[in-house]
Amino acid sequence: MNRPTQAPSAVVTAGAELFATALSDQAVSVSQVDWRPPVAGTERDLATVMADPLRLAANQRAAEAMLDVRAMLVDVVPASKALGLERGHFLHAGPPIGWDRASGPLRGALLGAAALEGIVPEPDEAATLLETGRLTFEPCHHRGAVGPMAGVVSPSMWMFVLEDPGSGRRTYCSLNEGLGKVLRYGAYAPDVLERLRWMGNVLGPMLRDAVRATGPIDITGILTQMVQMGDEAHNRNRAGTLMLLRDLAPALVSSGHPGADVADVFRFVGGNDHFFLNLAMPACKLALDAARGIEGSTMVVAMARNGTDFGIQVAGTGDQWFTGPAQLADGLFIGDFGPQDANPDIGDSAITETAGLGGFAMATAPPIVRFVGGSVPQALATTRLMYEITLTENPRWSIPILEFRGTPTGIDVSLVCRTGILPQINTGMAGRQPGVGQVGAGLVKPPAEIFPAALAALAERTRARASESGMPAARAGV
Amino acid sequence: MTGVAHVELRPGAYADSVTLLQVSRQVTALPGVIAAQVVMATPLNIEVLASMGFQVPMTTPNDMVVALRLADEAALPTALAAVESALSAPRGGSDSTERAAAPRTTRSALARSGAELALVSVPGQHAFVEAMDALDTGHDVLIFSDNVPLEQELILKRTAADRDLLVMGPDCGTAVVGGVGLGFANTTRPGPVGLVAASGTGCQQLLCLLDAAGVGVSAALGVGGRDLGDEIGGLSTMAALRRLDADPAVELIVVVSKPPAPNVADTVRAFADELNTPVLLALLAPGEADLTVSAEAALAALGRPTPRWPRWGRPSAPAGGRYLRGLFAGGTLCDEAMLIASETLGPIHSNIPLEAGPALDGAFTAEGHSMVDFGDDALTRGRTHPMIDPTLRLEQLAKAAADPETAVVLLDVVLGHGAEPDPAGALAPAIRSARLRREVPVVVACVGTESDPQGLHTQAGALAEAGAEVYLSNAHATRRAVELATGGAR
Repeated sequence: MNRPTQAPSAVVTAGAELFATALSDQAVSVSQVDWRPPVAGTERDLATVMADPLRLAANQRAAEAMLDVRAMLVDVVPASKALGLERGHFLHAGPPIGWDRASGPLRGALLGAAALEGIVPEPDEAATLLETGRLTFEPCHHRGAVGPMAGVVSPSMWMFVLEDPGSGRRTYCSLNEGLGKVLRYGAYAPDVLERLRWMGNVLGPMLRDAVRATGPIDITGILTQMVQMGDEAHNRNRAGTLMLLRDLAPALVSSGHPGADVADVFRFVGGNDHFFLNLAMPACKLALDAARGIEGSTMVVAMARNGTDFGIQVAGTGDQWFTGPAQLADGLFIGDFGPQDANPDIGDSAITETAGLGGFAMATAPPIVRFVGGSVPQALATTRLMYEITLTENPRWSIPILEFRGTPTGIDVSLVCRTGILPQINTGMAGRQPGVGQVGAGLVKPPAEIFPAALAALAERTRARASESGMPAARAGV
Repeated sequence: MTGVAHVELRPGAYADSVTLLQVSRQVTALPGVIAAQVVMATPLNIEVLASMGFQVPMTTPNDMVVALRLADEAALPTALAAVESALSAPRGGSDSTERAAAPRTTRSALARSGAELALVSVPGQHAFVEAMDALDTGHDVLIFSDNVPLEQELILKRTAADRDLLVMGPDCGTAVVGGVGLGFANTTRPGPVGLVAASGTGCQQLLCLLDAAGVGVSAALGVGGRDLGDEIGGLSTMAALRRLDADPAVELIVVVSKPPAPNVADTVRAFADELNTPVLLALLAPGEADLTVSAEAALAALGRPTPRWPRWGRPSAPAGGRYLRGLFAGGTLCDEAMLIASETLGPIHSNIPLEAGPALDGAFTAEGHSMVDFGDDALTRGRTHPMIDPTLRLEQLAKAAADPETAVVLLDVVLGHGAEPDPAGALAPAIRSARLRREVPVVVACVGTESDPQGLHTQAGALAEAGAEVYLSNAHATRRAVELATGGAR
């Protein structure tokens, strides 16, 4: 409105419909907000956080930092070397948790990992060691890593190493085991461990040699392409997997490893459509970590679940976790399994949604849209709805069917509280009992209360800062 | 395993795993079917089938397997037919979800629409957040909502000042941008006057008087009633002045307001003096010009003649009684009427009394002259503004008219966008029936323009027809009512 004597061509109205009508009657184009009261009890904190003089610039900085990151696959090394992970210590997905509250699939994966490391001859024998704290575990996120489903990492497991060339920061993720009875879904039968040993003895070293020979591989670039090829990079990674294989194939073939092993690696990776997920996840974490610790920012930098709790971390609240009970996914089941067999939501893979992929990029993945509830239009609606709670759009990840609009990126805690719209997460479902493995896949949302909790912490920091400096922001949330 | 197993391979058939999970679920739900698994024959799926007790012949992952467990052989044809129909069913979605959902925040709506400004009228405790969205995205905002905490108003206005944006309101009932009315506003012709208004109906009175004089107001920027108070310090007033000054189409700026806090008045005056465009202050205070006089001063400043201000209806005869009873929808009009009337009549009871004036009780009855502002926050909490819902005022009209102590009833009728589509439609019969019982004089200030959706002459004519004396000028209406209350006639 630079010249107040010139009629506006369009006006946004929030509130009484009367004024929208009055404007329409005067031939002004009106966009009406479908306004509803915010989540009950958040009014005061919302006002305080919205009044925070740091917020706008902090969120811009957080979004830019996230979008600036380029994730390059630079190496493949064992976790002992990459993360300094010591014998008897493991990583797991989600916020911190003790053995006493650990879910079935997490317990199963820890038991299997203990056996894989040769600490016990049989997985079940590790239970006492874990219970008494002689074997210890901590979140992947605390060591710069992410783990799908149970996300258990042991020292001998090989890890993808991703690096942002701009900052030199690194993130890590284990190699994907495939579907069905696998450790990350809590299965630990002998064939599960045998596959893991093969991954440690053959797959890991061969990928290391291939990556080192090929040079850094642009994972962000592959993500850009796969999003346009129908992968949302959480529940569908088919195009990404094949593009990775394409990039690595020459080096794999000429690696000097036995031809039979090379064939096995091709067969294993090519036959596992989710192989690329373990690169999409650390690429997303690398981007989001760039936004960590920006005072005043309301952007979510991690969503993660351990099978018991669902936790988020926010750019403006350091490494604090805000947790609530993990929910049961709504979805489709394999074989005879049903809802009663499923464990509550588990895994660090919601890092993809946090970065604007997965459920947020649902519109790009027609082959799996029926997880969203049955139709392509609903998938489009899901992605569109996520724009209501995100700070920005990722221009790299553009969706053809939305006119190449970038995916909704950067979940804003305040927008979630204002709209009551929860992030949409695509997920796999692990069996409730240790040892069972995957039982299905579907959709899940975070527990609603963690966003108001994060908002309250942001408001508390805003008030503390304002009262130090004598700013009026402290009084905004009256 | 109980039941009858049926396993068949379909080489070359393909469907993705989600489709097949859905097909399996649909077929399993049929009577006579214990379990159904339709899958591509990947090693994993073969394993799942084996765990369910199905024996699958040697095959490749490119084949589809249909595995059924049935209560008896008789169920097979139905089950296979169901597999066929589930596989071939069209999977088109409904159109209902195709359109994008409506924006849920002001931020989202501004980003999507390319709109130039936002009008926020959500409940007061939520308005701050929506208004901040507008400022965050570089847009001006009009906040119609009342009951916005003063601290929040200050933060919004300071933020806007930092970003060279304009916050109109909170509690801004009226604005005109390029001739377009926002909130409650009249349709005026385009023209050289720009208004800055800390009062809604005061702004409307000036719009309508100037329009009647043939002078257009193409911009009227509301700033909210608290803007010129000590705490806010005229932040929006100055921002609005700056905007109007920078607009070459504006030749004269009029600031209409209740008296500012003294130091704020100095600041605003000093600020106005620095502008290139002449600024005329129309302040409602004892001893200051009323709005009609201010309109005349504006016309004079533009070198335009003052017209004979319109009025309708025949003069009424006094009907006994001693007291003037004013029933207003517009707060500023009520203020103006009290300022004028108290000069002659002395103290006036009101729910928004002048400084040190007597307060009115909750039933709006008082021994003496009284004026009620039905638009006051206390009376609109939980109910619609009297410019939209006349119920409360019509009740009081009947009561006041019937009271033998009432010498004259003074009313305002405010037309324009956002107001009732036909206020005279309800008010004229009420005036007529009141005067049938007791021929009390009714004087109406009808604030509107010919271009308003309701039409000034139609409305004023209908009210005059019902027996009221109708004036475009609230000051003139008030003076006439005072005359009638003091027993004068024309």
